[in-house]
Amino acid sequence: MKFGIVVFPGSNCDADCHHVATDLLGCQADYIWHHERDLKGADAILLPGGFAYGDYLRAGALARFSPVMESVAAFAKAGGPVLGICNGFQVLLEAGLLPGAMQINRGLRYVCRDVWMRVENPETAFTSLYEEDEIVKMPVGHMEGNYTATPEVLAQLERDGRVVFRYCDAQGRVTDESNPNGATANIAGIRNREGNVVGLMPHPDRCSERLLGNDMGIRMFESVVSALATR
Amino acid sequence: MITEELIREHNLSEEEYKRILGILGREPNLVELGIFSAMWSEHCSYKSSRVHLRKFPTTGPRVIQGPGENAGIVDIGDGLAVAFKMESHNHPSFIEPYQGAATGVGGILRDIFTMGARPMASLNSLRFGRLDAPRMKHLVDGVVRGIAGYGNCIGIPTLGGETTFHSGYDGNILVNVMNLGIVPADRIFLGRAEGAGNPVVYVGSKTGRDGIHGATMASEEFAADEANQKRPTVQVGDPFTEKLLMEACLELFQTDAVVGIQDMGAAGLTSSSFEMAGRAGSGVEIDLSKVPVRETGMTPYEIMLSESQERMLLVSRRDRLEEVLAIFRKWELDAVEIGRVTDSGRVVLFFEGRIVADLPAAPLADEAPVYDRPRAAAQAAPRYRWPDEPEPESYAAALRTVLASPNVAEKSWIWTQYDHMVQTNTVERPGGDAAVIRVKGTKKAIAMKSDVNPFFCMFDPYRGGAIAVAEAARSVACTGARPLAITDCLNFGNPEKPEVMAQFEAAVRGITDACRALGTPVVSGNVSFYNETDGRAIPPTPTVGMVGLMEDVASHVRMPFRREGDVVAVLGVTRDELGASEFLRAVRGRDEGPCPDVDLDHEKRLVDLLVTLAEKGVLSSAHDVSDGGLAVALAECAMREGRGAEIALSDGLRRSALLFGESTGRAVVSFAPELEPELREAAKARSIPLAVVGRVGGDRLRISVHGEMLVDEPVAELAHLWRTAFAHAIEAADVL
Repeated sequence: MKFGIVVFPGSNCDADCHHVATDLLGCQADYIWHHERDLKGADAILLPGGFAYGDYLRAGALARFSPVMESVAAFAKAGGPVLGICNGFQVLLEAGLLPGAMQINRGLRYVCRDVWMRVENPETAFTSLYEEDEIVKMPVGHMEGNYTATPEVLAQLERDGRVVFRYCDAQGRVTDESNPNGATANIAGIRNREGNVVGLMPHPDRCSERLLGNDMGIRMFESVVSALATR
Repeated sequence: MITEELIREHNLSEEEYKRILGILGREPNLVELGIFSAMWSEHCSYKSSRVHLRKFPTTGPRVIQGPGENAGIVDIGDGLAVAFKMESHNHPSFIEPYQGAATGVGGILRDIFTMGARPMASLNSLRFGRLDAPRMKHLVDGVVRGIAGYGNCIGIPTLGGETTFHSGYDGNILVNVMNLGIVPADRIFLGRAEGAGNPVVYVGSKTGRDGIHGATMASEEFAADEANQKRPTVQVGDPFTEKLLMEACLELFQTDAVVGIQDMGAAGLTSSSFEMAGRAGSGVEIDLSKVPVRETGMTPYEIMLSESQERMLLVSRRDRLEEVLAIFRKWELDAVEIGRVTDSGRVVLFFEGRIVADLPAAPLADEAPVYDRPRAAAQAAPRYRWPDEPEPESYAAALRTVLASPNVAEKSWIWTQYDHMVQTNTVERPGGDAAVIRVKGTKKAIAMKSDVNPFFCMFDPYRGGAIAVAEAARSVACTGARPLAITDCLNFGNPEKPEVMAQFEAAVRGITDACRALGTPVVSGNVSFYNETDGRAIPPTPTVGMVGLMEDVASHVRMPFRREGDVVAVLGVTRDELGASEFLRAVRGRDEGPCPDVDLDHEKRLVDLLVTLAEKGVLSSAHDVSDGGLAVALAECAMREGRGAEIALSDGLRRSALLFGESTGRAVVSFAPELEPELREAAKARSIPLAVVGRVGGDRLRISVHGEMLVDEPVAELAHLWRTAFAHAIEAADVL
């Protein structure tokens, strides 16, 4: 099992994803530079957090024009598992691999803290080891995580069960106070129709070991490992 | 050609100009005058502080690099070392808070990665005026956004620090930023221009007209309204370029192609070229026409004095230049050969084929003027009035007032704006006694703490300086880490005033004595003078950045009470000391001393006890007692995870001093009841008084003295107050 980790010049969490894949899961992982087109035989692609090209224009806006994203799009179209975390999610939106867009947080400030999420639909390549309605805690760290989409897209996401995670309180109630950024319908993460492409704002890579106080995120990576092992 | 007015505009004294004439044997030209002005500014030359800084202990078995380089380096075993330094960006942040603070972060990061270290964690130590002072909320907001904007983008966690508010900073805020990086002990890079014939390479952003004379500005006082006029001397930061520069440099350091490298920080190309040549005893020739510039028509004077950010100067091995340039091309950065190393001992600058400056390297860097400025004699302490006042009617109400004061209230409004988790090493997030990061690939962890209590320093700069070191060491030890070494950032008023110089000398002496007692040498640092507006100096603020090592991260201890039924004990002695306490300021409205006493030998033994207990794994929690005193320390242990405690004190002291006094050398610990004999034994062996004061349990914080209940409050209510008070105070602002 080999992860491919896409590295833009401003990626910050590429090494964090590499650490999870190799040191914690014992998998192989290769970095893929943004100028490259060869995905090096990766079985799953991770788009890590960061500020891809500095993101002075709009988070992820320039990344979609990079050569590597053409290859990632083709890989996703062929059913390959792709996970976008934070800035990686923003890139997936800008590249059209997932629908919708991000706005600046409603508080107009960067927010870094733990949030609770309810698992709305575990039937994706990266969430099969979670239970439906399970409440999980993960940290966020972003300036633009205020998810939005047209009413038609939102209706379709809800109808097709494509909302994967929703911000909630520790008891699982979807409230406005538990929404860290103002995201529409408390949406924290979504999937494509096929379930092989997932994007979320919180960072499973930052909560994958007990030493850091929380290991609720590791199952996102384990999900894809176990799915590929049984394929 | 060089008029008296020009000399004055360059902030050089008549004496200093005479010295220049002596060194050169001729009149300097304008470019040369500008170079002298920058190199001999207080900021670059340390001319007023040098005689005192020499007293610092700077060596030790673990010290690999002491002061004088871009950062200090300390061995942590396993072939690894930590590089760290603290620096101020006070003047620019007061003028333009976002860019001032952001470029402060950028500068300290370059100091760290220049040495070959990957930056791992930042702290900041911020001092603001009263929240209702003019511009203050704007300054707080801008500084926090600036630190966040830069650190978050570049992907280096900001693990908090400390923030205090006092009218003494109304006209001069302080922004001190610290960074720590990890470097293989055998791959450290220094700022040396060695090997005649080797190419000198300029890397990074293009040079613009921003920040010209920034170093000189940082060496002057402000007059009212002058802050606005100084704006063109503030630099603008670009964290994305810095990220590219950092990654490119770290990739470059994997090769052996680099001889020496230095960041173009204060005084830009001037300080980097002169210092690199000065340290190596070599010379350099630079063609300024080759420097990448942002706009046309820039003069040699402007190019040499620009403080544009995100630039480095490096010396490559002659035969490896192409390899160096290729790495920067990959990261899409400018990298240009602008000159070469010589053995002439001189820095010779060319522009469009002419020589525009020809100066000896070493005298500018090393033989800057050194002043032993006059110091005022210590004044007798005034008679303080607080001892005559009656005790408060309600100790619970007093506790609430102290918990809600901006100095004590939780600052999550600030640190939730910082990415404090990137790099996935954060073992202790902001809000603990000290930040803790694990070191991947080893069992080790590093603890870091920035500390100084300026209110103590106001009344006694010697003790204040010593306590800053002791308290930082104690905080680090509370996490289970053994203190290794410090960096410092000494913020003071105008050194030409004898009373300011006396404060400085005393604080340095205090730090020196404490560092000797605790075995923590000073390995890097920074001095910021002229923090004055309209003749009013800031309180003396010698910030200390302590770094400690945990051999095994498993011994990490945290602040919150952890288990119902655990025994709570106080280590150390509480004295009748209310002077300079948050209680006096917040509850009584009295800015009065004296500064509490400090026993450095006791501090050393307490640190050793805390670390030993942590390593034995017998502590459930540990927390340093400092701002707000014992009652606040107990409340903090309770509020963090919502676990109450029943505390019974039986000291004969004035009750306000017992609850809120800020006596030094104390910590609150909790542990399983069956471990009490072991703890008593360990404390006794180090002559540290240990008093069992209560038990963890319930959802209330109850504190009684001699059987009389003085505090009986729901922990959840206290926690809500403590967590929201600061956000309320700042968001209630109408002038953000």
